[in-house]
Amino acid sequence: MTKHRLFWPAVVLAVLLLANLAFTPDFFAIRIKDGHLYGSLIDILHFGAPLVLVALGMTLVIATGGIDLSVGSTVAIAGALACLHISEAADPASPGTVVASVAIALAVALVLGVANGVLVARVGVQPIIATLILMVAGRGVAQLVTGGQIITVTSGPYRLIGGGYWLAVPFAVLLAVVVVLLTALLTRRTALGLLLESVGGNPVASRLVGIRASGLIALVYVFSALCAAVAGLMISSNVSSADGNNAGLWIELDAILAVVVGGTSLTGGRFSLGGTVLGALIIQALSTTIYTIGIPPETTLVFKAFVVITVCLIQSPAFRAKAVRRRSSATRSARPRPLKTEEAEA
Amino acid sequence: MTSNPMAGAVRRGRQYVPLLVTSVLLVLMFSVGSVQYDGFLSGQVLLNLLIDNAFLLVVAVGMTFVVLTGGIDLSVGAVVALSTMLSAWLVERHGWPPLLVIPLVLVVGTVAGFVMGWVIHSFEIQPFIVTLAGMFLARGLCYTISIDSISITDPTYTAFAQTRIPLPGDLFVSPSVLVAVGVVAVAFVVLHHTRLGRNVYALGGSEQSALLMGLPVARTKIAVYAVSGFCSSLGGVLLTFYMLSGYGLHAVGLELDAIAAVVIGGTLLTGGSGYLLGTVLGVLVLGLIQTLISFQGTLSSWWTRIVIGGLLFVFILLQRLIVGRRKV
Amino acid sequence: MPAQSAQQPVLEVRGIRKEFPGVVALDGVDFRLFPGEVHALMGENGAGKSTLIKVLTGVHPSDGGEVVLDGRPVRIAGPLQAQLAGISTVYQEVNLCPNLSVAENILIGREPRRFGLVHWSELRRRAAESVADLDLDIDVSAPLDSYSTAVQQLVAIVRAVEVSAKVLILDEPTSSLDREEVRQLFAVMRRLRDQGVAILFVSHFLDQVYEICDRMTVLLGGRLEGEYLTGELRQVDLVARMIGGEPSDPGEPSDSARREPAEGADAPPFLRADGLARSGAIEPYDLTIRSGEVVGLAGLLGSGRTEAARLLFGADHSTRGSVRIEGAEVSLRTPRTAISHGIAFCPEDRKTEGLIGELTVRENIVLALQAARGWTRPLSGTRQDEIALHWIRALGIRPGNPEALVRNLSGGNQQKVLLARWLITDPKLLILDEPTRGIDVGAKAEIQKLVADLAGDGMSVLFISAELEEVLRLCHRVGVLRDRRLVAELPNDGSLTPESIMATIASGAQS
Repeated sequence: MTKHRLFWPAVVLAVLLLANLAFTPDFFAIRIKDGHLYGSLIDILHFGAPLVLVALGMTLVIATGGIDLSVGSTVAIAGALACLHISEAADPASPGTVVASVAIALAVALVLGVANGVLVARVGVQPIIATLILMVAGRGVAQLVTGGQIITVTSGPYRLIGGGYWLAVPFAVLLAVVVVLLTALLTRRTALGLLLESVGGNPVASRLVGIRASGLIALVYVFSALCAAVAGLMISSNVSSADGNNAGLWIELDAILAVVVGGTSLTGGRFSLGGTVLGALIIQALSTTIYTIGIPPETTLVFKAFVVITVCLIQSPAFRAKAVRRRSSATRSARPRPLKTEEAEA
Repeated sequence: MTSNPMAGAVRRGRQYVPLLVTSVLLVLMFSVGSVQYDGFLSGQVLLNLLIDNAFLLVVAVGMTFVVLTGGIDLSVGAVVALSTMLSAWLVERHGWPPLLVIPLVLVVGTVAGFVMGWVIHSFEIQPFIVTLAGMFLARGLCYTISIDSISITDPTYTAFAQTRIPLPGDLFVSPSVLVAVGVVAVAFVVLHHTRLGRNVYALGGSEQSALLMGLPVARTKIAVYAVSGFCSSLGGVLLTFYMLSGYGLHAVGLELDAIAAVVIGGTLLTGGSGYLLGTVLGVLVLGLIQTLISFQGTLSSWWTRIVIGGLLFVFILLQRLIVGRRKV
Repeated sequence: MPAQSAQQPVLEVRGIRKEFPGVVALDGVDFRLFPGEVHALMGENGAGKSTLIKVLTGVHPSDGGEVVLDGRPVRIAGPLQAQLAGISTVYQEVNLCPNLSVAENILIGREPRRFGLVHWSELRRRAAESVADLDLDIDVSAPLDSYSTAVQQLVAIVRAVEVSAKVLILDEPTSSLDREEVRQLFAVMRRLRDQGVAILFVSHFLDQVYEICDRMTVLLGGRLEGEYLTGELRQVDLVARMIGGEPSDPGEPSDSARREPAEGADAPPFLRADGLARSGAIEPYDLTIRSGEVVGLAGLLGSGRTEAARLLFGADHSTRGSVRIEGAEVSLRTPRTAISHGIAFCPEDRKTEGLIGELTVRENIVLALQAARGWTRPLSGTRQDEIALHWIRALGIRPGNPEALVRNLSGGNQQKVLLARWLITDPKLLILDEPTRGIDVGAKAEIQKLVADLAGDGMSVLFISAELEEVLRLCHRVGVLRDRRLVAELPNDGSLTPESIMATIASGAQS
């Protein structure tokens, strides 16, 4: 049972949620008010939805052994473009305007993703460097779009994406569920997942098997940008405004964290979409917990720091080797350690 | 022997290409500014570049050490913020003397860098994830100290902030500039004239070789992160003088500026090649972009980010051309 | 010729033992090295050569036995200690820093200093002096990567000597040098030998060994086979000692497993290579493989067997020559194109080039077929299970669980997974590089039988192996390689024996 890869993330999430019960006795209570579901658990799902999406794209990128630092900028750009289009439209509330604004945001994200993909897969720039460019410039672009202002929009249909409800459930949650399911179908019902894991797990062997890696790698960066764009729409829709400076700030770090916590290794190969979803919910639950306990929410960062380093240490073969050696040398301390370094001269 | 002097000269020249491009860019930007705007062509505008970017220069020097080994340090901005916060908190809320606070802040930054370097080396975890955790931790600690900005009224700090050191010709600089120049000078000597510095280059050239040549790889690797931590905290001290406040949101995104300065200065992100002088030029380029945009008046400040991103793109492609040829 | 008996060896290894999990790499090996000699260390894959070198240079600690340097037992704890003790090594992959100047590469770690700072002019002067000492002409202020590999190799030697090496180990220094560069290297080696340095030389090139070495030590299967004066051991005897004259295993069928090609010897060729070559890897060679024919490639380690095969699979680009498949000229630029022409390749290094360790047996088996179909045309889950279970049964892969991680399988079972991966693509030519190396006797016999059966069904096979008995048992024709050259193509008509192949390897010509 503990062997299952989702076991530990699930335990962590459960412990986090239970911990809340001590502080908020009705933490698990879910009420229906005005035909909408309300409650702490719903909040975690609702506010966690954008992170789930960004982390989903990040998972596939990391599976190929890459990283995408530009998702935060993409989040900001997508929100900014959509809000700009709506605010300039004659009829901001018409569904046509909203559809057009979403289309514009996704189209630009597509271009950004292709740019990242080409730099990594064709030009051969290290992923962290390639996506750093857009991470730097993207914030500027987002502010350029918004003119440095916070663009506020009043549009019912647009508000639905991130802040509205459908069938009593927050629409953002439904949207996230649909994207997660589609991604699962796309990777596990086609051979995409297998080939991505192969490329990330052993690039040399993958080439000798005849896998064309560059197309696949470019594809995951495009996918990551699209996921980030949808997340950006959700975030800006939820607050009915676009903030080029702060929207999606540091979400790339949360997304990487979610992927790593979910059990996908940063070195690439095997990935777990379920793990990533749990990971993103853990991050969101952590923020909620800190908020309900009454610690200043900004200190979440300290906890995240410890989570990152703990998970990375657990995944590090060097750390495990050292831990095992310590344990075994403690039990058999009489035996000299073979790797001990001494002077060459006897 | 079969050395081809021509090919050798060409090869040798190629590593100066990014540096040359940066110098030309700098001269070009300054000329354009001088022609376009009145009052641009003055020594003080140049000196103001240094005054406004002294802390960035110090941080970028530390980043240069790390990047030369092929690593990266994402924690610098957060360590700068933590240093401003720690200074302001101890001086203002606890009344500690600045002469005690400043060394303490420098020790904290250096130790933070040392620990990150140790984790990176001992457990073979990628530098970016370790320094990312360091970034979270340092920013988080800022907020545990105080959510809000703490402004500083301590006379020592304000005196330091307001001091102007006159230069001939009605020019002046701030004490921070002298500190930054001093850091650059020391770092230059360390990188080019000490064993530690040469080991940094060797490590960036090939870690495997450095190990087999019997060089102290572990010590060097940990040292560069400690140097970066020290430079970040010193940059934080300088920023405290400049802003006269401590705040957890100071220096957001500074790590990107520092990396950009290093890259535009011609240091290869894969390590092993680059010059400290290049980093100085890189910082000047970043500063000049800001100055040009503020002189221009109608362009908004976000153009700075876009232009820096564009420059990063160009220089990374340039690096790719150079490295690509060397590796093949 | 130096007279050793009167002298004391500078380096002596007694009864050295080194175990890795599951393998005894060195089993009580004795070895001595005298000052002022060039000594060759010979052996095939798994003989223990590289392990011995790693023990001597402190990369691996030994598990038993002792190392005596200048009459005193020493314990070598790491590369630095080895260098300090006087043992320096120059590896095939130059282990210097390409970004630093030649002078720094020679002296880094021991730079002359003044007031605590590096004394640059003194550094350059001393480096230039060391270079001149070996009669070389290299600009020490130029960066190392402005020079060719050969010069870098020489710089590495200068560094090694500068550390005042009593023992200089040269591990395959000539693998990427041309004839003229080798001549220069040998001149330097002779000069050092005359200065009294003891040189341990490892090379796959027999000609070079016979040209430069005074004595040689042959290792076989982790044991000392013998120590010989170069002048007293004929090349053919050396080859026999390296390969080992073990009688074939009584458990294996001693008779030939090969069958006559279905369409006879004059069947149309499936593949024909004309003057195919890759500079620095394999000299131009011609090779024809007919349908239903098993062609063997024999030769010592490093003779160019793998390099020749990789060109046919598009794993490396050829620099000249052409390939025709079923009569039509094709350009094999990538493995993908080779696969589309019906070629399959099981590489020698299963772990790094063949398998995806963290994926399951099933996933590894379907990978090549799936890659050919593209990701949009997936094999269904049930189809994958069917395929995996079929081949697990057909090849006897154990454990029989298709969901087991492939990295947890034994070597023989991993090899069968690789075979299954390619067999489901129904290839016309199967290239097998050392398919039976490092696997147990039972699995070996099964794989040999499988190869014979496949050829019987009309598949062409290119079979690379260091074991001559195996090659003779399976192949219709045998290409013999030596020093990166295909020197002979021998029909296996019954008169061919391991001895005659060895003679061909040794002499470098058709006998």
